[in-house]
Amino acid sequence: MSRFVIIGNGIAAAGCIEGIRSVDKDSPISVISAEKHKVYSRPLISYYLEGRTSLEKMNYRSEDFYKKNGVQLIYDTAEMIDTKKGTVGLSGGRSAAFDKVCIAAGSAPFVPKISGLDKVKNKFTFMTIDDTLALEKSLKKDSRVLIVGAGLIGLKCAEGIFDRVSSVTVCDLADRVLSSILDKDCAQVMQKHLEKKGIRFMLCDTAERFEDTKAVMKSGKTVDFDILVLAVGVRANTQLAANAGAQVDRGIIIDTAMRTSLENIYAAGDCTQGHDSSVGTSRVLAILPNAYMQGFCAGVNMAGGESSITDAIPMNSIGFFGLHCASAGSYFEKGEGEIYEQKSCGGIKRLYIKDGRLTGYIIIGDVTGAGIYTSLVREKTDLSGVDMEELKKNATLAIFLPQTRRKKLGGVV
Amino acid sequence: MKRVYVNEQWCLGCHLCEYNCAFANSGETDMVKALKDKPIYPRVHIEQSGDITYAVSCRHCKDPLCVKSCIAGAISKQDGVVKIDKTKCVGCLTCVLVCPYGAVRPGETGAASKCELCLENSCGEPACVKGCPNNAIVYEERQE
Repeated sequence: MSRFVIIGNGIAAAGCIEGIRSVDKDSPISVISAEKHKVYSRPLISYYLEGRTSLEKMNYRSEDFYKKNGVQLIYDTAEMIDTKKGTVGLSGGRSAAFDKVCIAAGSAPFVPKISGLDKVKNKFTFMTIDDTLALEKSLKKDSRVLIVGAGLIGLKCAEGIFDRVSSVTVCDLADRVLSSILDKDCAQVMQKHLEKKGIRFMLCDTAERFEDTKAVMKSGKTVDFDILVLAVGVRANTQLAANAGAQVDRGIIIDTAMRTSLENIYAAGDCTQGHDSSVGTSRVLAILPNAYMQGFCAGVNMAGGESSITDAIPMNSIGFFGLHCASAGSYFEKGEGEIYEQKSCGGIKRLYIKDGRLTGYIIIGDVTGAGIYTSLVREKTDLSGVDMEELKKNATLAIFLPQTRRKKLGGVV
Repeated sequence: MKRVYVNEQWCLGCHLCEYNCAFANSGETDMVKALKDKPIYPRVHIEQSGDITYAVSCRHCKDPLCVKSCIAGAISKQDGVVKIDKTKCVGCLTCVLVCPYGAVRPGETGAASKCELCLENSCGEPACVKGCPNNAIVYEERQE
């Protein structure tokens, strides 16, 4: 018997519970949840505002998830980890004792210091259900919305509220939209599409100060708004781990088995900084699939099993107003390798090929078969046995040698 | 468990599997009504490599990436079958992003769609296999 405590109740925590239970069916698990909600899918909050899902459908797992897995769900905030006593201190002086603990504390919106921001009444971040419900309450048909940040969160928010307000303006200091997942040319394709739908952009520009309901931009322009959404970025929640003495950088440092630098303390999900195999360095890879897989891996190891993740890569699938975008891996500047480009009606595909491998790709438009490209990136497949002309044209299994393909389709995988 | 496998040396490239699949999953009782003059969204598709053709559908992987990656918690594995809860799916296509076989595709409603072995439709067994004229697709147990 071990006592397991999981700090956090998001996707990584759900993965951790399932990882523990794949090895150990009986030991008690406690989950400390700062949000008073059962595990739900945060990336769905924009779909909720758009009316494409409901609060109930946003539940990531079934109603009996905690009960079925013998989990005690505690709605409280973890304030400190006492590594000597083996306890997690909760608010109000309570504590939870552990033999193994997993920190799955996620991340929090980064709110920049901007002059006059404290006096803006209708301001929101966009990350949790509570953020979303608060924002929803303020939406009116004639609202003018300013979103600071043209990344995944800012643009998904823009799409989610677009039909419920009068105008949406998005500003970003970067020179392009979605700068974390798209190269400059592909970003322009997506930006054009969003502009056609009616979203206004102010790039290479950001709010420098606020005067009540007016934003004065770095460029000197001004934007009048009724609602302000801050989507500049997120920061990993590392404080708890750092205070306990764990090694922390931009995220909590973990090895390939999800161990932190402290004994019996594991970490998973958006709060961590682990190995990004696409570039071979330690990076925060705050994406949902990664959170689940890291959580599961941590759980298996906490319960005495053996698991590791050595092939994590950045990857993303996201769509805006019906135009899809799939991307994975890393890109490089022109001249460092081959950048294959194929344009289609309203879309673009770019494959980054270097040293006989696909290092990354971006597809905007028809993403059918994209997973085949993703697998080439993830597995660092040597392309010498691959039909390159076919690979560039279509993402199908026809790119592989017949024996490879027969193995994929004729065996148990 | 039994899965769908392809014997590519027997595949004629006739695409009947695609039509039988789309019909079996249409909810209609008349094939003409189900398929005529409509775009179809089969859960199996024929690919071609030179002169060779073969059918591709979900492998129902032992450790499915789509299940682990689904941002909505809409994909699960039950009794060996990978299933999509279409009421929960928001059509983000993260499953398409991660499936190494290209076997998950956007369906008619925008939700992701893939082979679920016809176990819950009126066919009751894989319609692609049942209707294949040359035994190029089979439904059987194979050694792991």
